[in-house]
Amino acid sequence: MPADVILRVRGLTKHFGVARDGEAASADILRAVDDVSFSVRRAKTLALVGESGCGKTTAVRCIVRAMPPTSGNVWFRTTAGGVVDLAALNEAGLRPLRAEIQMVFQDPYSSLNPRLSVLDIIAEPLVVSGVRNRTVIRDRVANLLELVGLRPDHMARYPNAFSGGERQRIGIARALALHPRLVIADEAVSALDVSVRAQILNLLLELQDRYHISYLLVSHDLGIVKHISDQVGVMYVGQMVESADCQAIYRRPLHPYTAALLAAVPIPDPRRRRAAYAAPGEAASPRNPPPGCTFHPRCQHAIPRCKLERPQWAELEPGRFVRCHRAHELQLRGIEA
Amino acid sequence: MLDRAAAVLDAQPVLEVRDLRVHFDDYDGIVRAVDGVSFQVMPGRTVGIVGESGCGKSVMARSILRIVDRGSRVVGGSVLLRRRSGVEDLMQLEPDSRPMREIRGREIALVFQEPMTSFSPVHTVGSQIIEAVRLHSGSSRAEARREAIRQLEHVGTPHPGYIMEQYAWQLSGGLRQRAMLAMALVGGPSVLIADEPTTALDVTTQAQVLELLHSLQHQSGMALMLITHDFGVVAQIADDVVVMYLGRVVEQGPADAIFHDPRHPYTRALLSSMPSVIAKPRARLATLPGAVPHPLNRPPGCAFHPRCASAIPGRCDRDTPRQSVVQPSHSVNCHLYHEADPT
Amino acid sequence: MRRRFVKHRLAVCGGLVVVAFYLAAAFADFLAYSDPGKLDAQRILVPPQRVSLWSAGRFSPHVYRLVRTRNPETLVLDYSADRSVEIPVVLFAHGYPYRLFGLFPTDIHWIGTRGEPTESSLFLLGSDALGRDLFSRLVVGTRTSLTIGLVGVCISLVLGVILGAVSGFYGGIVDLVIQRVIEMLRAIPTLPLWLGLAAAIPPTWSVTSVYFTITLIVSFVGWTELARELRGRIMSLRHEDFVLAAELCGARPRRIMFVHMIPACTSHIIATATLALPTMISSETALSFLGLGLRSPAISLGVLLNGAQNIQAVALYPWLISPALPTAVIVLAFNLMGDGLRDAADPYA
Repeated sequence: MPADVILRVRGLTKHFGVARDGEAASADILRAVDDVSFSVRRAKTLALVGESGCGKTTAVRCIVRAMPPTSGNVWFRTTAGGVVDLAALNEAGLRPLRAEIQMVFQDPYSSLNPRLSVLDIIAEPLVVSGVRNRTVIRDRVANLLELVGLRPDHMARYPNAFSGGERQRIGIARALALHPRLVIADEAVSALDVSVRAQILNLLLELQDRYHISYLLVSHDLGIVKHISDQVGVMYVGQMVESADCQAIYRRPLHPYTAALLAAVPIPDPRRRRAAYAAPGEAASPRNPPPGCTFHPRCQHAIPRCKLERPQWAELEPGRFVRCHRAHELQLRGIEA
Repeated sequence: MLDRAAAVLDAQPVLEVRDLRVHFDDYDGIVRAVDGVSFQVMPGRTVGIVGESGCGKSVMARSILRIVDRGSRVVGGSVLLRRRSGVEDLMQLEPDSRPMREIRGREIALVFQEPMTSFSPVHTVGSQIIEAVRLHSGSSRAEARREAIRQLEHVGTPHPGYIMEQYAWQLSGGLRQRAMLAMALVGGPSVLIADEPTTALDVTTQAQVLELLHSLQHQSGMALMLITHDFGVVAQIADDVVVMYLGRVVEQGPADAIFHDPRHPYTRALLSSMPSVIAKPRARLATLPGAVPHPLNRPPGCAFHPRCASAIPGRCDRDTPRQSVVQPSHSVNCHLYHEADPT
Repeated sequence: MRRRFVKHRLAVCGGLVVVAFYLAAAFADFLAYSDPGKLDAQRILVPPQRVSLWSAGRFSPHVYRLVRTRNPETLVLDYSADRSVEIPVVLFAHGYPYRLFGLFPTDIHWIGTRGEPTESSLFLLGSDALGRDLFSRLVVGTRTSLTIGLVGVCISLVLGVILGAVSGFYGGIVDLVIQRVIEMLRAIPTLPLWLGLAAAIPPTWSVTSVYFTITLIVSFVGWTELARELRGRIMSLRHEDFVLAAELCGARPRRIMFVHMIPACTSHIIATATLALPTMISSETALSFLGLGLRSPAISLGVLLNGAQNIQAVALYPWLISPALPTAVIVLAFNLMGDGLRDAADPYA
């Protein structure tokens, strides 16, 4: 594992057992995440992009071990410098590492316990990790609130006294309480109003510059991803189909699905209306993915081979991974800035 | 079809909202959800109504069709609908009266963000569309069935016969939205109000639905009123844009003017605060301070003044700005654009 | 939640009645003017008496002295009022001694008679077959029944909350076992189960032991409902982000359950407990009515109704079934209040 990599995921797979419903007897396994690999570098941001049901949320939940992965490795570089496989640890083994990986959630309403004061919410990680001195806790919470741009004297209030954006700031303060090295943000700004979204994105970027935190971002919004991330991984029906540098992927996508996603983004400029090319049909179900390349039924570049043979995850150019049989020959359009 | 084409040429608005005011009672007081909104919808054109949460865009759309929730009431203004029989003020009709019911669906149709709620979970999609067809045309069951299938084909659903037999919850989000469009369009409305029609959908599906709305509009010449919070969607599809903030219109004009020559500080700030695929990565986004206030405590004067960088003390916090025309058909409600106020 | 509850008129009325009943239970000895255990062979089956308020144009509440006669033909006892002797009824009279709230020794009761002992002259609701005043027994019996309900609910609350939370939180095999136990318990017909358990109480036990055993028996089945309810809530809370957030900062299951999950269910717990109370009360009443629960000299609503088991007694001495009325009222009031609380706690259920 290279020295600047803080998290390396290899072959992450999560299957769910699904009750047979008679219609498709073979469809009793849902491949929510299927052989996903990527690395997050120190103080950098990797974004997982994809549409609903592509498995991006399941993937991060496996990484934080909210659920156990079916197979694969999740190597994490701890503060001490060692590398541990989070996928192989049990609950007790994970507990000391919890402080280093924190999460910011999508819904600013359900992510804060409505019955606890802001003080108690932000203090929870501290209390759990054994800090008992009330003054120490209060000072730390006050610092954290200031850090995320809230007034420390509001710590006695309850979440319902805050707006969505402020709640998201509280959630960020909680995530920062234990000085994490990796923060996972699952659609952390998509529930917010446009004007508030910018504030939170700025805050996340500022915090990264200041504390050298690595972000693993999950989003369906390609605008946000472009804005905040250094690297992008595109997921489709449980698989990672392409990963590369953010700039490169937007300028020249290698996978037809990435190109279709980029073509579908509504650009906020009426002078750049596009003769919309939308990939036909809808995403396949991870319950019953098509054989071969999962994208082939919607792909305008598909050849017979795509229907039969599952493409391999391959490094086409240095740092550019793609899962497509024709990646080397296709010239796909991206978005010019 | 012929008189539809004629209607497109006709430069009269098909729907005109004038100074509409809708209030509703909350536990803590009266919320002025829509407070003096005026705009026009031209036949064959798309008006994008944009705004953040609490700006009153959805309440406004529902009030046009008089399907507002209990506790809310239209307290003033008019909504003029141009029909073949003449101009009618919808606000003068009783919400549950026969004429109002006839206008819903036949003249003005509405599709929602979550199509799940507009289909009954215990009836098949087909039977509901058939019902809608029969309601409008009074045709026989078999005829209505053929018409329903035709409508589903029209909105681009694959295997319409199969979709007919499904329940709404068995369909994917995109198909559900198409089925709802099919149902909304059976009456051949002259205005389609789409309330966040693509918000619950994925990007690629959203692109499909936007494309569909666009082509449907082209074919039928109906006017489209698109309500959304997404400036990207508006930029891609709208001809005219109305920007709302806390129940009032702050700026309206042609899409190009709104995006390339925005005048109101709110519109400007919103546009520059958007992380976009065409913007520079990792640049600090321009931000608006604070959050949208609750509609219950709308600031006095210009509701935007506490968050506005160019607010004029003593004026913006006191007087409600009037509409000033900056370009033909581009107007802004802001004190910065008032020529010497008489006071 | 409070706002939604207050809007529910019927539930508020139910709540007021419940409060009134518990106040009466707290002051039971003060409200009972006669010693509920005092036998009086001379005052058997006295019908309810009227209190006359005026005496010779002046306000002076009084009752007349009772004269007992036996009908020579039917041999039935008859009581008539001796209009020549007025026994004044006064407020805050001294009567039998008791301890208020079990602490303060006193002998003040809200009413009593002057001149003659209250026990042999005042019978607002009549007397029973052993000459004890029914009103006083009713008040004291209500206290017993209500506290059995309350203690029973507390026991089933503890059992239900812990087992329900554990079942919903861990899921899997733990959940399976707890749920099957609940199903088994619920599958046993309650009445025979109670009968069996109650019959196992040795007749030599003291009143207090029987009281607690009966409480345990009624709560034995009561917790299952709450456990089920809570399990469902906890399972849905399991997917809330704030629970995951707590887990991610290393909180242990016990902390997550007690800090994050159970407090979020408080309103449901309260509502379910309120709905469980009337079941407990009527269970106790039913058991004692059948003679299997509390027995004399203990006094409870069921014990009192036990005296009205005989159809002949009810026909001849209808006032003996008067304890049925407070039972019905309290059960109804609790149900109304519980319904209102449940609606307020979860308006979409």
